[in-house]
Amino acid sequence: MRLTRRDALAVLAGLGVTGGAVSLTQFDPPTADSTGNEGGSTGEDGAGGDDTPPTAVRDTMVAAAEAVYPSAAEGVSEFVEAYVVGRARDDSRRAAMVDAATELDDVARDWEGAAFADLPAADRDRLLRELGVDAADPIPDGTLSERLRFHVVNELLYAFYASPTGGRLVGIENPIGHPGGAESYRRATMDEPETTDSGGETDG
Amino acid sequence: MDRTPVADADVCIVGAGPAGGLVAHRLAESGATVVVLEAGPRFDGDRREQLEQHIRPGLDGPWEMGGPRDAFSSTGESFYPLNAARVKGVGGSTLHWQGMVMRLHERDFELDTRHGVGADWPVGYDDLRPYYAAAEREFGVAGAADNPYAPPRDEPYPLPAFRPSHSDSIFAEACERLGIDMHSVGNARNSEPYDDRSPCVGYGTCKPVCPSGAKYTAESHVEKAEAAGARVIDRARVRRLEHDEAGERVVAAAYTTPGGETHRQEATQFVLACGGVENVRLLLLSDSDRYPDGLANSSGAVGRYFMDHLFAGMGGRLDRPTRQNHVGFNTSECHQFYDDADPVNGLKLEFLNYAGPSPVIDALHADTWGDDLLDQLDESYGTHVSMGALVEQLPREDNYVGLDRETTDDLGDPVPEIHWSVDEQTDAALSRANEIQARVLDELGVEDRWTVGPDETGPAYHHMGTTRMGDDPESSVVDAECRAHDLDNLWISGSSVFPTGGAMNPTLTIAALSLRLAESLRAELE
Repeated sequence: MRLTRRDALAVLAGLGVTGGAVSLTQFDPPTADSTGNEGGSTGEDGAGGDDTPPTAVRDTMVAAAEAVYPSAAEGVSEFVEAYVVGRARDDSRRAAMVDAATELDDVARDWEGAAFADLPAADRDRLLRELGVDAADPIPDGTLSERLRFHVVNELLYAFYASPTGGRLVGIENPIGHPGGAESYRRATMDEPETTDSGGETDG
Repeated sequence: MDRTPVADADVCIVGAGPAGGLVAHRLAESGATVVVLEAGPRFDGDRREQLEQHIRPGLDGPWEMGGPRDAFSSTGESFYPLNAARVKGVGGSTLHWQGMVMRLHERDFELDTRHGVGADWPVGYDDLRPYYAAAEREFGVAGAADNPYAPPRDEPYPLPAFRPSHSDSIFAEACERLGIDMHSVGNARNSEPYDDRSPCVGYGTCKPVCPSGAKYTAESHVEKAEAAGARVIDRARVRRLEHDEAGERVVAAAYTTPGGETHRQEATQFVLACGGVENVRLLLLSDSDRYPDGLANSSGAVGRYFMDHLFAGMGGRLDRPTRQNHVGFNTSECHQFYDDADPVNGLKLEFLNYAGPSPVIDALHADTWGDDLLDQLDESYGTHVSMGALVEQLPREDNYVGLDRETTDDLGDPVPEIHWSVDEQTDAALSRANEIQARVLDELGVEDRWTVGPDETGPAYHHMGTTRMGDDPESSVVDAECRAHDLDNLWISGSSVFPTGGAMNPTLTIAALSLRLAESLRAELE
């Protein structure tokens, strides 16, 4: 099954993230002529700072998604990028997500000698489990494992299973959280998925 | 925000839930100067953020219940989870309700006369009938006149019923063979646009939050009341009602604002509409030399006869897709056994459209991911079915809401004490519901069965009976117009006035009584 940007936008719309162009520049470092609050830097060593390219957060999140999504999922990169960038419109979420992804990448570099995104998929999975993320409670301001569970793993799992395409993989095209209309509950089987990726904005 | 009192108020209403909202709207429309004091906040942010708060573990609940403001004691045989059972805020508990609305049956108003149990209401179904119809219009109830067991009605529902689910069609096969009648269920939820609110778009999270606005909340009538001139003061915690020297009239409601200031709201008439627990608490906190047992309590009935509906359920799995969790509401029920006499407790059956786990929520709680998680979700989702039931609990004096004077809230006021237990007769009714459910599930061949019966039951979060209505001031708190026997200008609106609770979700009856109260109060103001 192929995830699309449209899936990501549908999930974002369900969360109230609508309108406006989405851009990775939200993670760009602050510049002399910016106010700083549009940038991604959350501290001296935070993602989006001078030492971290703006794509690092996206790359880490995509790499994590490839570990936590089912192997049948295709189009993960495009889906995650659209979701993460849209999600980062929420100021309170952006900083915490950037911090968590950066910390995960830092751990990978310390323990494995490579960026998280550059690790083989099996090693990414193993690293997350060694960090206890699989058993951790998702707590936004908790320990590293708890924050990774909330801001990385659960953020990605929510995006996947609340999307129509992700839901279809387990038999529900209108999963909880997705405003998929008041008709699907009446059908005996899933309807045919729409195959066109509009690439449009988040009108859900 | 200015939270100072309103000058020259005709009516002061305590509580901005459905009861308070409807009364405020009707009275403000008629030209009265109305002020509403609401303990909780306005929740006017994006409802989709609250949806995420509900779905994602690790976030605070959407309605901010359970802090020091909301402390309580549960002292009965059965624990009562009070803060899961209510919301304080503009909209009240309709903010988190599921939105099922149906009229009580005729027998519910005369249980003592017919069966020698419980109590008769001082009003009958015919008295409330026009107000039920008006309440359905106010809520925008989606329903159909296909229920052969419903009490008589003169008019169609304002909105067409939601059509039966695929899951309903599975149950229908078995029920047809068993002679069990299924019919639609009234929903305070837009099946098409109504009253400037969206139709349902299928978020699937009706309870506790409907991001689309399709589900009715009392915010709707609070807004209308404000548009008609009412003033609503949120986060105004009423702590005491003051009466005149003769003890015949309430003269002021004393309330505290978030900044710690205490004000007195004077008014000609006062309406208590803050739920079956807080109505009691406020009356008891308002004790005086004249009324040492609390205001409006010369009968001793304030707080007594606390009732809730009890849940009975049964479910399991089939060997075919059942298509659950697309929507968070039900589309079919069965009231066929409601009026049975053995046991006499009313019961209604529900066919659930949200049986079993949701894959999204399961995934967020799982201890694995990837293909392992997908395998788990494939196993857990897709073939569940379940039935629910609400069962009537008859009024008993020893189930009560009181004050725990040893425990105080963050303002230093004693917290409510809930003393609640479930009696053997209610247990028998729960077992009866389980028997019927088992017949249906047996007929369907449901496996991996689970049951919620007398040993596992819990409350449906309907707080009733604690300021019961009646003709006799010796045994009841308010009269048939919902006016306190003891004080001329004190009215009580809500399910606390129910002498018995039936087994129907109470909010439509709350609304009908509120509209009737508003009419009586309006006449009093003229």
